[in-house]
Amino acid sequence: MHPVPCRVRSVVRELDDTFTLDLEPPSDGWSFVPGQFTMLYAFGVGEVPISISGDPGDPTRLVQTIRAVGPVSDALTSVAVGDVVGVRGPFGTAWPMELAEGRDLIIMTGGIGLAPLRPAILHTLEHRDRYNNVTLLYGARSPGDLLFAEQLQQWRGRFDLEVLITVDHADRTWRGPVGVVTSLIGRASFDPETAVAMVCGPEIMMRFTIQELERAGMTEDRLFVSMERNMKCGIGLCGHCQLGKFFVCKDGPVLSCAAMTGACWTREV
Amino acid sequence: MSEPLVIDRQGVDALIAVLIDRGYEVVGPTVRGQTILYDTITSTEDLPVGIRDRQEAGSYRLEERGDDALFGYVVGPQSFKKYLTPPGTVFWKGLRTEDGFETVEADPPPRHAFFGARPCEVAAMRVQDDVYLPVGDGVYTERRERSFTVAVNCTEPAATCFCASLGTGPAVSDGYDIALTEVLSGEHHFFLAEAGTDIGEDVLADLSARPAHDEEVVGARRLVVHASDHMGRSLETDGLQELLSANLANSIWNEIGNRCLTCTNCTMVCPTCFCSTVEDRQALDGSSAERVRTWDSCFTLDFSYIHGGPVRSSPGARYRQWITHKLSTWQDQFGSFGCVGCGRCITWCPVGIDITQEAAAVRERDIRKVAVGIPSVKEVLE
Repeated sequence: MHPVPCRVRSVVRELDDTFTLDLEPPSDGWSFVPGQFTMLYAFGVGEVPISISGDPGDPTRLVQTIRAVGPVSDALTSVAVGDVVGVRGPFGTAWPMELAEGRDLIIMTGGIGLAPLRPAILHTLEHRDRYNNVTLLYGARSPGDLLFAEQLQQWRGRFDLEVLITVDHADRTWRGPVGVVTSLIGRASFDPETAVAMVCGPEIMMRFTIQELERAGMTEDRLFVSMERNMKCGIGLCGHCQLGKFFVCKDGPVLSCAAMTGACWTREV
Repeated sequence: MSEPLVIDRQGVDALIAVLIDRGYEVVGPTVRGQTILYDTITSTEDLPVGIRDRQEAGSYRLEERGDDALFGYVVGPQSFKKYLTPPGTVFWKGLRTEDGFETVEADPPPRHAFFGARPCEVAAMRVQDDVYLPVGDGVYTERRERSFTVAVNCTEPAATCFCASLGTGPAVSDGYDIALTEVLSGEHHFFLAEAGTDIGEDVLADLSARPAHDEEVVGARRLVVHASDHMGRSLETDGLQELLSANLANSIWNEIGNRCLTCTNCTMVCPTCFCSTVEDRQALDGSSAERVRTWDSCFTLDFSYIHGGPVRSSPGARYRQWITHKLSTWQDQFGSFGCVGCGRCITWCPVGIDITQEAAAVRERDIRKVAVGIPSVKEVLE
């Protein structure tokens, strides 16, 4: 599994430590489904799993949003237009876009968790007639930490998408809700009997979100999360990403809460 | 396959010579630093002749047997995974080019003949086959397909052996090219040689071996059956998968964690443990880079590290991950146990943590069972 050299077409600085790369896809006809990730390689430095944040309907672009948290992601976010990074993938499972058709869809994210859900949102908006009420609940640390802020503004201006945003710490410019993202659930309009929820954020946030959605009447077979684990290979060989019986790289990252038995939520599993 | 043949020590030498002649690098047990390790061998002189290994939890000693047995010991710390997924294998090399970089394939591997593979070793290779072959891992697949296996049935298990519990020994049942059984009683010293594949039969045809008499076959089989009845340890496998998956919240893990040094020995000596990591190396001038695969262990903190900290920070959680993978989730993933009962992890644990004992302890303190006996708060209040 060799990384394929892919040229950087543009780099957008989203936040202080978060950048979006627009890459030439590894090959003609390269495609992905919302929820998948690639292994991105910085020459000689190393490789990390990064979820795809672009539009699944546009096969000419491979868009990835990266937060610089270590040597490899530092190197990947320091690239310039015209540089080359290595790509393997796409890997992993998809958000249940088909299951959600004809139903209400709740998308709940925290922090950079919005990145792996953006393809799902773009897909939903592209095929808006297939879905009932669509609600995006997004929590960030502060107003300055809102990822894709411009796009969030656009989305919030649409009549066919409900966007609710909360921050942990407000500043004087903030006029919206303050608090954890679960506090927004009461404001969303969805039918808990049939709705589908897609959740991505820090594990603790997902744990409480699932609890709250279940309390609201949703069942675990319609709750989906995207899990994060250490990954070295992306193909279920290196063992690092194990979560109970799952290899998160190939059985996930998107997992149904029905499959994620209690064992998967046990501390330190 | 044809009927069993009989060869003597010279015949075993001839077998090694034939394999070398056919282009194999013959690797098998040999004494290095008071330990039986696998290395290149060229004749029976290189084998641990007349040596026995005494193994117990946290203890390993070699001693003289006082006879000429070629296979009078069981398994040392190494397994053939050292040849099938060698630590430090270069996956690919990358060269910086004018407009980016390009990658080039690594060199082809040698052809190995695994000589003196115990039934648990052969079983372990089959377990690893299920991990690597479906994914098409190039490093493993190429080495495995080019390899030749001379198995040796066990007649004298160690105190740490429990292959009989897992059905992986002491007789080799599948996955070998040639199987030998050593018979040493009084003046009789011979080896029953049986082919398991066409190529094995072809190799045996190059030896001057005679067909075995019925009593020789029966005698050899009896020794193996005797070994089966004299395992040093046992593992109750009934309901084991569910037992462990239901006991993740058991307090026993912290207690084991208090003893466990997280030294990774058990995973390094385990013949089925496959976890690995990659290292990306770069030349000082940045002109080239390479990706190297090395063995990794779920006992290190780094193993589960994600931004924010390791997932499994406590030693107890890491031991739980290891034993639960071996005996429970491996079945979900690959349809078999990740344990072949070789006992290496018991012998080479510096504090003598014993997988069979710990599995039994969990069974003893099964939280499903305990929960039945203790009334809930609600029941007490009512």
